[in-house]
Amino acid sequence: MLRNSPFFQLYLARLREFVRQPARIFWVYGFPLLLATVLGFAFQSRPPAPIQADLADGPGAEEVQRAVEAHNARLSESMATPAGPLPTIHLAVHSPEEALKRLKTGRTPLVVIPEGAQSWTYRYDPTRPEATAARQAVDDVLQEAAGRINPGTTRDVLVTEPGSRYIDFLIPGLIGLNAMGGGLWGVGFFLVNLRIAKLLKCYVATPMPRRDFLGAILAARLTFLMPDLGALLLLGVLGFGMPIHGSLWLVVLLDVVGALAFAGIGLLIASRAATTETVSGLMNLVMMPMWLLSGVFFSSERFPAVIQPLIQALPLTQLVNALRMVILEGAGIGQFEVLMALGILAAWAVGTFWLALRLFKWS
Amino acid sequence: MAVPAIRVKDLRKQYPGRDGPVHAVNGVDLEIRRGECFGLLGPNGAGKTTTVEILEGLKRPTSGEVEVLGLRWEDDPAAIREQIGVTLQETRFPDKETVRELLTVFRSFYRQGVTVDEAIQRVSLESKANALIEQLSGGQQQRLAVAVGLIGDPEILFLDEPTTGLDPQSRRQLWDVVLELRERGRTVVLTTHYMDEAQRLCDRVAIIDYGKIIAMGSPAELIARLGGDHVIEFAVGGVDTPLNPEILAGLDSVLSARADADGYSLTAGEPHRAIPALLDALEDLGRPLLRLTTRHVSLEDVFVSLTGRHLREDADAEANGHGNGRGGRWRRRRRSRSAAG
Repeated sequence: MLRNSPFFQLYLARLREFVRQPARIFWVYGFPLLLATVLGFAFQSRPPAPIQADLADGPGAEEVQRAVEAHNARLSESMATPAGPLPTIHLAVHSPEEALKRLKTGRTPLVVIPEGAQSWTYRYDPTRPEATAARQAVDDVLQEAAGRINPGTTRDVLVTEPGSRYIDFLIPGLIGLNAMGGGLWGVGFFLVNLRIAKLLKCYVATPMPRRDFLGAILAARLTFLMPDLGALLLLGVLGFGMPIHGSLWLVVLLDVVGALAFAGIGLLIASRAATTETVSGLMNLVMMPMWLLSGVFFSSERFPAVIQPLIQALPLTQLVNALRMVILEGAGIGQFEVLMALGILAAWAVGTFWLALRLFKWS
Repeated sequence: MAVPAIRVKDLRKQYPGRDGPVHAVNGVDLEIRRGECFGLLGPNGAGKTTTVEILEGLKRPTSGEVEVLGLRWEDDPAAIREQIGVTLQETRFPDKETVRELLTVFRSFYRQGVTVDEAIQRVSLESKANALIEQLSGGQQQRLAVAVGLIGDPEILFLDEPTTGLDPQSRRQLWDVVLELRERGRTVVLTTHYMDEAQRLCDRVAIIDYGKIIAMGSPAELIARLGGDHVIEFAVGGVDTPLNPEILAGLDSVLSARADADGYSLTAGEPHRAIPALLDALEDLGRPLLRLTTRHVSLEDVFVSLTGRHLREDADAEANGHGNGRGGRWRRRRRSRSAAG
């Protein structure tokens, strides 16, 4: 009996349609994995990059060179233990004219011009962060070689532990992004395409219960969500050693409530749109601010305080932040921020469904 | 069966338009009997599809009454939907479903109906039952759309322009499906702008133009209203002055005469008397005959005599060298409107 219910048949049809389109499977499952892998390797923890600088040839140049070589030699000796904040310095010797030309054309961030014994001029563009860093590093090396004694003692603790690296930050972000993409494409775009193909009209002309129709789409959406979540978590845990400190069930719950919120937004977008152009425009209008502001790739706290309330109200911000808290910090459901995220996501889901079902044009 | 399949009273549908409301349906009265095949005929944009979609419950009328099998859409939409089948114009079914899968999904919506296999067999798609929809030809997809309409074993089947754009063989296959359904005593309501289709399939037709029914009856009745059974079409050469239609209408056995875009057309009872008379008249006038054809009167002629326009205006305008079809169509519309008003 269940097998012949409209709900079950529509659900099966939706699964079949998805599974039979390999391109779609790649974009939904393969692409985020690829993105995570590429970004994970690109932003992998590495020893700090060596500092580049040019040395203008002339009197005193040799002393400078010697001081830097001594610094580099000390670094390679202590390779086993982190050597402190100063990385290797690569010094290129050029004639003064050539060195200044290289600075002007951006091929070197810093030119060191010796001005007699124990006196140097630095030329650089202070708006380039690597230029000020290079100036600082070279100056420290030269001053110490000239006999500077640092009066205070400092200790550097370098953090490269799993759980605080970029990849750990990124994976919850991508999980959230996929929940958003799935809701908007899998519900919004899908429904508008049914309308364009006049299939929606064809369904409505039959005694098909509309709640079964929408229920089947939602059920399919949640079904597709699970492999998606699983693949990204597995990649994080097995591929990059990402820890999952919190409860896996809470991660699933957050992802499901988030997916429902985005399904509601998708339904709202699809409620009136009758062309591919309209729905694409609406989807970009909804997705762009969240791509930019919700802290998927970079922390949303960098944005000005004025727009923080807006950013916090976006469903993707709440989903991604709560996922990070549970996965990386081990937050439980009792934690206020997690409860608040669940509340905001549920409010989005209920609000958009309520509005969409009132606006939805069936025929 | 006292209750008719469909009863419509003073049906109106208005859309907001750029220059005031557009009356897509402008006061239609209809009664379709059970077991008949009823055709709604008219050019594109005449209001056929709007009328049918109101009957199918897909659109709400602005005003007027609609009863389907004695039920009203406002009172019991679910009960009506159980008893009707709908084939829409140009539905695009999902590419990656098979014929059988799609019909299984649609079968699940109805409490009663035929089996999936029977629906497939009725539209002769047995060999394609397990093929993906993207592998079907246009005609096969259209037959699948009809099978979707038949799956609930409906009392009334609606077909909206079922053969538009199909090749002649596919059209005939679809006609067979409809004829079989009519034999089984089911009601069929179809819209078309093909006259031969209506003549072949329909017990009765209503001709719609500008949202109004301008003629209704069996195809034979409507043709009989023209008087003659035959149409003689001809063109003449020589000086550029047009022939006087009154002289032509006075010829032996000729019932009416009309100037066409590229010649003249006469309705005649007996061509073997009309044609010699015509040839004599042309010889007297000194006009050489360039072309002469005769054929049986069709519903197309009924439509032309009622409206002064051809049904398939696009094709017509092109055939007459009036540049692109759309431009020709616009000019014609404008002209006939101002003539009417």
